[in-house]
Amino acid sequence: MSRKSQRRRRFAERAFRAVATGALVFAAGMFLLLCAGIAALGAEAFLRHEARLEIALDAAVLGVSAQASAAELGTADFRAAVRRAVAEAAAPAADTVSEIELNALISPGAEFALADALSRNSGLLGRSITIDAPLSDAADRYLKESPDARGYARLSAAQQDVIAALKAKGRLSRAFNADFFASGDSSYPELAGVAAGFVGSMFSVGVAILIALPLGVATAVFLEEFAPKNALVDFLEININNLAAVPSIIFGLLGLVVFIIALGMPRSAPIVGGLVLALMTLPTIIIVTRSSLQALPSSLKEGALALGASKLDAVLNPLLPAAAPGIATGVIIGVARALGETAPLILIGMVAFVATPPLNPLEPSSALPVLVYLWAESPETAFAEKTAGAIILLLVLLIVLNGLAAAIRRRANVYRR
Amino acid sequence: MSAGVAIDLRAARYRIRHRVLIGALAATACLAALLAAGLDAASAGAAAVLLSVLAAALSGPLLGPGPESRQRFEATAIGVMGGLSALSALVTFGIVIALFFESARFFSLTPIGDFLGGTVWSPQMAIRADQVGAAGAFGVLPLVTGTLLITIIAMLVAGPIGVLSAIYLNAYANPARRDAYKVALELLAGVPTVVYGFFALLMVGPFFAGAAQGIARLFGAEIAVSAQNALAAGFVMGVMIIPFVSSLADDVVSAIPASLREGGLALGATKSETYLGIILPAAAPGLIAALMLAVSRAIGETMIVVMAASRTANLTFNPLERVTTMTVQIVALLTGDQEFDSPKTLAAFALGLVLFFATLALNLAALFAARRFRLRYE
Repeated sequence: MSRKSQRRRRFAERAFRAVATGALVFAAGMFLLLCAGIAALGAEAFLRHEARLEIALDAAVLGVSAQASAAELGTADFRAAVRRAVAEAAAPAADTVSEIELNALISPGAEFALADALSRNSGLLGRSITIDAPLSDAADRYLKESPDARGYARLSAAQQDVIAALKAKGRLSRAFNADFFASGDSSYPELAGVAAGFVGSMFSVGVAILIALPLGVATAVFLEEFAPKNALVDFLEININNLAAVPSIIFGLLGLVVFIIALGMPRSAPIVGGLVLALMTLPTIIIVTRSSLQALPSSLKEGALALGASKLDAVLNPLLPAAAPGIATGVIIGVARALGETAPLILIGMVAFVATPPLNPLEPSSALPVLVYLWAESPETAFAEKTAGAIILLLVLLIVLNGLAAAIRRRANVYRR
Repeated sequence: MSAGVAIDLRAARYRIRHRVLIGALAATACLAALLAAGLDAASAGAAAVLLSVLAAALSGPLLGPGPESRQRFEATAIGVMGGLSALSALVTFGIVIALFFESARFFSLTPIGDFLGGTVWSPQMAIRADQVGAAGAFGVLPLVTGTLLITIIAMLVAGPIGVLSAIYLNAYANPARRDAYKVALELLAGVPTVVYGFFALLMVGPFFAGAAQGIARLFGAEIAVSAQNALAAGFVMGVMIIPFVSSLADDVVSAIPASLREGGLALGATKSETYLGIILPAAAPGLIAALMLAVSRAIGETMIVVMAASRTANLTFNPLERVTTMTVQIVALLTGDQEFDSPKTLAAFALGLVLFFATLALNLAALFAARRFRLRYE
């Protein structure tokens, strides 16, 4: 009887332990799955296929006169020149391919590069230059997904023959996609980059920190060291705790009504995004600063007061510097959260299509996480890898920030309780 | 003699430090005020620099040599800090006033009864005024049920897994492993929700849809399941909330005095018996507070549902159907170009008001429950 119950109890213990372990394994497993999926997709965003083309800048092909002015060059048919270069490079496979099918293989990025080169040096007209032209998203996906498979839906058999011919002649290469880091958004997936979103994010987060850090530290110091114990201060405390848990989208609505509708600030501007993010980060900074002030040994403050320092002097000298590592950790975590925040930025209009990085916080801009959202919603499949690439960039930034916070905490645990 | 010089030097240093502080405070206040007034950054910055230099230069009388002036300075500085901390209250008032104001305009166009009691949500405005359904329908109930459905699914995932993993950390993990898990949890909690949204949209949604269809086929039924089903959105939201629940629950469980645990083990109870029979009941108020905060997060979570749930309202509790939530509709109503006085845009603020008060109630309840729990064990 008792042995049987012992056995049952031991079984219950083991079952419980297994369930609890399982919970942890599930959480870890989901995270690994997420990481693996994004890594597998995103790794391809950093590489793209390019074709080495020798392009003859023949005035007749371009449809301009031999002594064309800059304005005339603006109307030049660079597409025809690119098409001819592909046809020559892939001959004879290209003979059976229509013009439209040829156009669909090379990215318009090649034309932009040609126009750029000619506008810088008009002497190139009539000569030929060699460029590494990025392939279109369809051709790039074809090479990435099934380089040898037939019947890829988005390319015709003839187009696939052209690709195969280019490949056989050693024209194709897999190159680092610098455009992904250097360009703004583009409607052509192979040319789209994160630069505009990255700069917009930096501006927004910078503005947010400039505002939230002094405000947050002043509030925390006041509440922790100077505030009387009364109902008003109690209310402030509850209010801050609640603000930390208010959904971010509500802050977006606040920003829309106050900053854009009421105060008439520009839509889509990082300055408004920064203000909204500042309001969101404020409670975090206050809470963290207070708890790092609380964690200091009371001897520090008492010693300063005993030496004749006033309360304010005690706060300014021994207390705040001693709490600085804790505050820095909190600020970094706040920054990390602000960097990944998407919904409030969408509401204040930072979802606009932005092709060039903003030069100051007042110009329309996008943000890195908003770019993730925009690309994830676009129908072109090639944007899926771009999305994953942008996510990888975002996660790397966050891991660096978190690592920084952990390092600061570890080095400065002098006053740790 | 030399002591006097040292004291003078010290006093001078204090004065310099105080001037710098005054300058910095003036610059911050000026910058915030001018930017809020809509001035561009360059001139606001220039004005702030000018004002801070002026303030630092003119603060001489305030910082004069006598002890009274120093006291006056301290009182001023503390007063300024008190004023700055009132700003955080201003944020809440700003939210409430802004949402009330815009919602009042919405309710002057759409009766409040139709909003709270209506079962049809279709805010699409007709292009011509004489078209059918030109006014749009703004019944919030399908959005409330959609939000609840997704929240319930999320909590079914995050609640047990979060609490159980916290118990594992306290009961079974050794300190090194515990530290490693804590770091991992912190990292996980920092993953932006838009990343989870992408995960749901691209991987989990299609997987669940395929799995549901496959299971139905086993029973000889053909069903159509969208990749944007409520199950996928709720599941991924649950996965997102796990670290949140887990770290809150871990704080709660480790705040239980060791004597309770040791007493249980000393009486011969196994670890599972101790944790299920003694620790969990003792921790219940704290755990409930943690779960309420998690529900508040789930209700307010936006990006996962914007990406993985549907945009069309659907009054159903079937997790395989497409549903929409309040946050999805706020985003849907406010993206794109539209004037800010049509009922369509104003409806977003009414939804925001509902959302704000729902989360406020949950947050406050959680706050007070957590306070009582802490009072009992500290």
